[in-house]
Amino acid sequence: MGVMALPQVAPVEAPEIEEAPADDRPWVTVVWDDPVNLMSYVTWVFQKLFGYSRDRAEQLMLDVHHKGKAVVSIGARERMEMDANQLHGYGLWATVDRA
Amino acid sequence: MFRRNGTQCVATFAVDEVRVLRKVAGEVVGLLTDGMDHTDPVVSRLFPDIYPDRPDDSAEFRLYTEGELKTGKIDQAGAILAALPDEGEGEVRLDGEAAEAWLRAINDARLAMGTRLDITADTDLSEELELAVVHDPGSSRVFQLSVYAYLGYLQESLLNALPEIE
Repeated sequence: MGVMALPQVAPVEAPEIEEAPADDRPWVTVVWDDPVNLMSYVTWVFQKLFGYSRDRAEQLMLDVHHKGKAVVSIGARERMEMDANQLHGYGLWATVDRA
Repeated sequence: MFRRNGTQCVATFAVDEVRVLRKVAGEVVGLLTDGMDHTDPVVSRLFPDIYPDRPDDSAEFRLYTEGELKTGKIDQAGAILAALPDEGEGEVRLDGEAAEAWLRAINDARLAMGTRLDITADTDLSEELELAVVHDPGSSRVFQLSVYAYLGYLQESLLNALPEIE
């Protein structure tokens, strides 16, 4: 096998690639408004599941009711998935998203 | 309707109430056990997509979690059946754990019925019921709407009878 002449190419320094910033935004669990769930029940679920005070739980419930949705917990993705799954166990309509 | 008695939530149910509660809890169990149809709006409401904009991620998550979620829902509906008198009227006494299972199960039943009845944020239940009665007092819609309303009152009474959390 013959030896191919290597093309004369000057080594080029790899251009500095600007590293894409790792997306370190936390994740959130969102609860959506729903025409069936009772306001008192939703408040109870927030107290029960997250250990929130009655005032905080009620405020969150009112946010869901008036704004259509509310962030109920913030943290690591797996944790938020667990929260949403538990909320589904209680019949609340929950999703997970980036903060 | 439930009231507090010591550490328990207690209710006395008439024969018709027992019958309705049995039927409703049985229907939830049926819905969850007869190979769930995910195109059924009731099923999508009870098992919502966790990532609405990412169907693949939702499906993967569902794969790992749905079985347990479903078992939990069947168990909580079973808690209603277990506590009710076998036949006729009777008293139901719930400790904290059973009361929680009842609350969750009543809620699932209301979600299922509310979805079937097209309940929206604008629905005025008594108005809806009146319309249905005028249309046909013997219709299944009249019955379903009355049961749906009844379950709402029952759930509220149970929430009020619970000992305060904290």
